[in-house]
Amino acid sequence: MSDNQSVKEALNKKGAYGKDLDLDHYEMAQDSDRIDDLQSSEFAKEMENVGVVADEQNRSGTIVMINNSVSHCSAKKQEGLEFMSTREALEKYDGLKDYYWKILDPAKDKYTAKGYLEESDGYFVRVKSGYHIKTPVQTCMLMNSNRTIQNVHNIVIVEDGASLEMITGCSTSHHADDALHVGVSEIYVGDNANLTFSMIHSWGKQTGVRPRTACLVGKNSNYTNNYVLLNPVGSLQSFPVATLAENASATYNTMCIAHENSDIDTGGMVNLNGKGARAEIMSRSISMGGNMCARGRMVGNAPQVKGHLECRSIVLKDGGSTVAIPELEVHVADVELTHEAAVGKIARDQIEYLMSRGLDEDQAVSMIVKGFLSGSINGLPPALQKELDSAIEQANLGD
Amino acid sequence: MTEMLKIVDLHAEAGEREILKGVNLTVNEGETCVLFGPNGSGKSTLLATIMGYSTVKVTSGSIVYKGTDITDMTVDQRAKLGIGMMMQRPPNIFGVKLGDLIKTAASESAESVLADADKFKMKNFLDREINVGFSGGEIKRSELLQLTAQKPEFILLDEPESGVDLENIDLIGNKVHDLLYDKKGCGRDIQRHVSSLVITHTGQILDYIGADCAYVMKEGRIRCSGRPMDLLKEIKENGYGECGACQIINL
Repeated sequence: MSDNQSVKEALNKKGAYGKDLDLDHYEMAQDSDRIDDLQSSEFAKEMENVGVVADEQNRSGTIVMINNSVSHCSAKKQEGLEFMSTREALEKYDGLKDYYWKILDPAKDKYTAKGYLEESDGYFVRVKSGYHIKTPVQTCMLMNSNRTIQNVHNIVIVEDGASLEMITGCSTSHHADDALHVGVSEIYVGDNANLTFSMIHSWGKQTGVRPRTACLVGKNSNYTNNYVLLNPVGSLQSFPVATLAENASATYNTMCIAHENSDIDTGGMVNLNGKGARAEIMSRSISMGGNMCARGRMVGNAPQVKGHLECRSIVLKDGGSTVAIPELEVHVADVELTHEAAVGKIARDQIEYLMSRGLDEDQAVSMIVKGFLSGSINGLPPALQKELDSAIEQANLGD
Repeated sequence: MTEMLKIVDLHAEAGEREILKGVNLTVNEGETCVLFGPNGSGKSTLLATIMGYSTVKVTSGSIVYKGTDITDMTVDQRAKLGIGMMMQRPPNIFGVKLGDLIKTAASESAESVLADADKFKMKNFLDREINVGFSGGEIKRSELLQLTAQKPEFILLDEPESGVDLENIDLIGNKVHDLLYDKKGCGRDIQRHVSSLVITHTGQILDYIGADCAYVMKEGRIRCSGRPMDLLKEIKENGYGECGACQIINL
């Protein structure tokens, strides 16, 4: 692990992908007030828009972080579930030596370095061995001050034989358009365990977003990562990395709309390190004139691993760029990795087929695009499906 | 008798090759006309041209529907005028559920059509992506359910019985019948209220809908017209070899 000096030096280290953002452009945000009642909070609507329900019904707990402080933390008393701020957990568990900066290197780039040096707060969730948490835990990261950085460090632990669904919504308030979100997440899934991690994000037109996520998945376990971004963003770059043990599986589903002036670089990597591990990386995106880069990388390091990678993108408007970069790498013979990439317009015969049923061209395009997006995420928690459908319905797709 | 569809000297290209080489054809109100012809003669291209699909480019001639020249109209304009089509190989529409298209396409009550889905053996398909993984028979039933919602006045049927097993042929034949005939009456009083142009190779569908006239198409032209059963018998006995040269032309 890096020493303090090398982390400080890393403050100048550009990220591997995406536009280089100038950290000096932003200040550290002030701490914000506590919110006891989410429903009467001024942010209730922003939260609902990203799948975080203010009445907390059908949720096991909620953490809301505004700027750099945890403003709300509530958990229904539930055996097997621990839920608190990262700083509280660090204090309670003597620095969380087995989990804190264990699978991410703080000197990886300027964003991790910044998060490390600021000793960011965030959420800590742990499901104890053998417990199945029936309703999702929800977290919400809000940015409320312009030209500031939100630094977040999250730790999620699902122990052996346990399961958890997480819903994470991130958003910016209107006056905090030009802000930067740096989110470090370290995720640990034990053996025979399940984690579904779903994110719906809604940023401002100038917002910078640099999540840094790593996940260790134990034997026979499943990890699903859903990512949805339908609104304009300034610059988003995300490349979560999951490492799988024997017979573990990982699924990444990504759904993005690149609006004009949005710059999006997403995707993910899966290291198939255990025998029989499986992975699926699916990305569906729409370019409305913005820049969209969909990456996917799978590395087969063990026999009998299987994986499929799919990047599909519909380009609805000229002006931006759409790039699909699927990468497959194997180091043993007995491996089956495949990929599929398609970028371009909607096939004319599909549009005309719907038109022959009486839909005009715009209605037909909109129906196909909405279907294309909503079909991209399988296994979304039912609690989120409704939010997602309405977000797709409201997404400005030019119809 | 009122002309529902009148095609005059229609020339059209697909993939820069001329496929329709001067087609003349008329379907009167309430009539069902059959279109016979060997593979590759241009029958499906003719139907696609009537529907307005952009795979085909009209180079000259005209298509007149209920007195309006529709030659340059878009597909949806034609659909709104009352033309509907049952495609032989419709495209897969990923992500769009059959039920959702039916709701959008329904000219009147979508609910009653959706409730009837079971009668088309399509109840379990309403939540499926349109045509994705559908078998031959399922595609036909899906097309018929969509048309039932749409309620067109003029229907283009491209080989409604092809690829359908014997068990399903009855269902499909009866549903095509229901689309074409007014169900208000009963027995002999049943009136045909919808016109259609039907491509068939085997004539099997004629057991269900009857037909008023027939055309034989060959090499991009209508070569012959006459009574459907006479022409079918002739084709079954002698094939299309003599079409264009024989003496029963009745255009």
